[in-house]
Amino acid sequence: MLEGREGPAIARAMDLLVRYGEALGAERLVDTNNVCGTIGATTPLLRDFAAKRGGFDAVFSEFNLDSDEVVPTPKVRAYSCHLQLGIDPLHAEQLGTAPEVVTLLRRGEDFVSKMGVQLMNTCTPYLVGNIPVKGEHCAWMESSAIIYINSVLGARTNAEGRESAGASMITGKTPYWGYHLDDYRYGTHLVEIDTPLEDIADWGLLGYWIGDIVQDRIPVLTGVTRAPNLGKLKHFGAAASSSGGVEMYHIVGVTPEARTVEEAFGPRKPVERLHFGAAERRAAYATINAMAHDTKVDYVMLGCPHYSIEQIWEACRLLEGRKVHAESNLWIFTPRAIRHLADQNGYTRIIEEAGGFLMSDTCSAMSRATPKGTRVAAVDSVKQAHYLPSILGIQAWFGTTAECIDAAVTGRWSGGLR
Amino acid sequence: MTTIMLRGRKVVGGKAEGEAMVTRDRISGWGGIDARTGTIIETRHELCGQSFKGKVLVFPGAKGSSGWSSQFHLARLTGSAPAAMLFNEMTTKIALGAVVTRAPAVTGFDRDPLEVIETGDWVRVDGDQGIVEVTKKA
Repeated sequence: MLEGREGPAIARAMDLLVRYGEALGAERLVDTNNVCGTIGATTPLLRDFAAKRGGFDAVFSEFNLDSDEVVPTPKVRAYSCHLQLGIDPLHAEQLGTAPEVVTLLRRGEDFVSKMGVQLMNTCTPYLVGNIPVKGEHCAWMESSAIIYINSVLGARTNAEGRESAGASMITGKTPYWGYHLDDYRYGTHLVEIDTPLEDIADWGLLGYWIGDIVQDRIPVLTGVTRAPNLGKLKHFGAAASSSGGVEMYHIVGVTPEARTVEEAFGPRKPVERLHFGAAERRAAYATINAMAHDTKVDYVMLGCPHYSIEQIWEACRLLEGRKVHAESNLWIFTPRAIRHLADQNGYTRIIEEAGGFLMSDTCSAMSRATPKGTRVAAVDSVKQAHYLPSILGIQAWFGTTAECIDAAVTGRWSGGLR
Repeated sequence: MTTIMLRGRKVVGGKAEGEAMVTRDRISGWGGIDARTGTIIETRHELCGQSFKGKVLVFPGAKGSSGWSSQFHLARLTGSAPAAMLFNEMTTKIALGAVVTRAPAVTGFDRDPLEVIETGDWVRVDGDQGIVEVTKKA
């Protein structure tokens, strides 16, 4: 494959995987038939690159194969799914996307689907049918999805990047290193929880606090008395992977490689014992909200990571019959496939009748788009509260979904830790 | 003038030299840097507002989004990448990021580069040999 007998793109991909594997210190590559990555060129820098350098083969060669030479893009060998993008073509007007960019996106989608890549266009492929099984070797990008499939599903992936995911799609190979190996997956830190974790927001606070301390190590949580559902674990992982670099965790009695504390740690001894109680919860809340001070809320963003249909249903229960304030805005983000379901269930209509929008494919951090004149946002995602001030230079309040819907309706932030 | 030698393991080969920029905070790629200028933008980062363009970046390792490599890749294309990277914690984010940045990179040192190197020191990096020569600033 490396010598070029299977075509120049395969040779470039193998060259990259070998350089990458050697950098890691991996001994070999392993086969994978489950890759999630990004190929499109919808962010501003990549749009410029595609326009100047000759289209999607040039983008794939540079940003998915790290190849200076433009090579023809072959079809994928591994089952491959596309992650979130920079725009939602159905809401180009609200997002401020120029028509020529929408045209570029459509051409890009044509390119990607002809390669054989699934146009899931979401940070949550596990919500729309790509649900790896325990032990499955994967090569995924997207930190919130990586931590989910490693921890909750017991699948095996490292945090891949755009280039390595592209190379894995067309070769079906990834370095055999890190989370592909048993030894790497055992816990490092014991986290004892003795405060109730009531809702999705609480799980985000816990994740943010843990990630900040353990960074990229592997926390083992004890004291979780009620099994969290998908929405809670999705938010927990997204939070822990943004404040730190957590790619795997164990919850004793809940996640598949942690039936007991002993199983979670394997041969390791905890390097540290941490305690998460009411004081730690308050501290995490204060840290996340430290950059926000103006209570006039211009924009409420929900759906980071992309909302499940259950979360859309919950938001609609809070929103139905109310109106978004004239000086505020409500955008909710979900995978494309779930938006179809929301259309069918009448949720899109409820959100639009209230004056909000149900969008897909992107989010404000990816698109760098917010309603015009936004200075202050409110979000129910710790991850989005972490990134929006850095990326867009706006203030961001973090609170529960109910507090965010209230902020959209009143135009004011009145949230606070219970 | 004091010169100190560090020995580590090659991540990316090649030779480069430049002024050191040292941080004990891990660095985020996507959402953590502006690839157009090489500036760190994470509001809570100790180097927020400073650019690593042309510097020898000395840091513990990578954190955050899996968009890490693509941001450093873009920084290379805009001419804003670091001259070299020296770090302690090996992860896939930093391995791939260093590979596509194509700047010499070394890890696995015999002494902690965060203890030995200070911002402003002059640093020569031989990625292939894994050798780093530090000239302390006067």
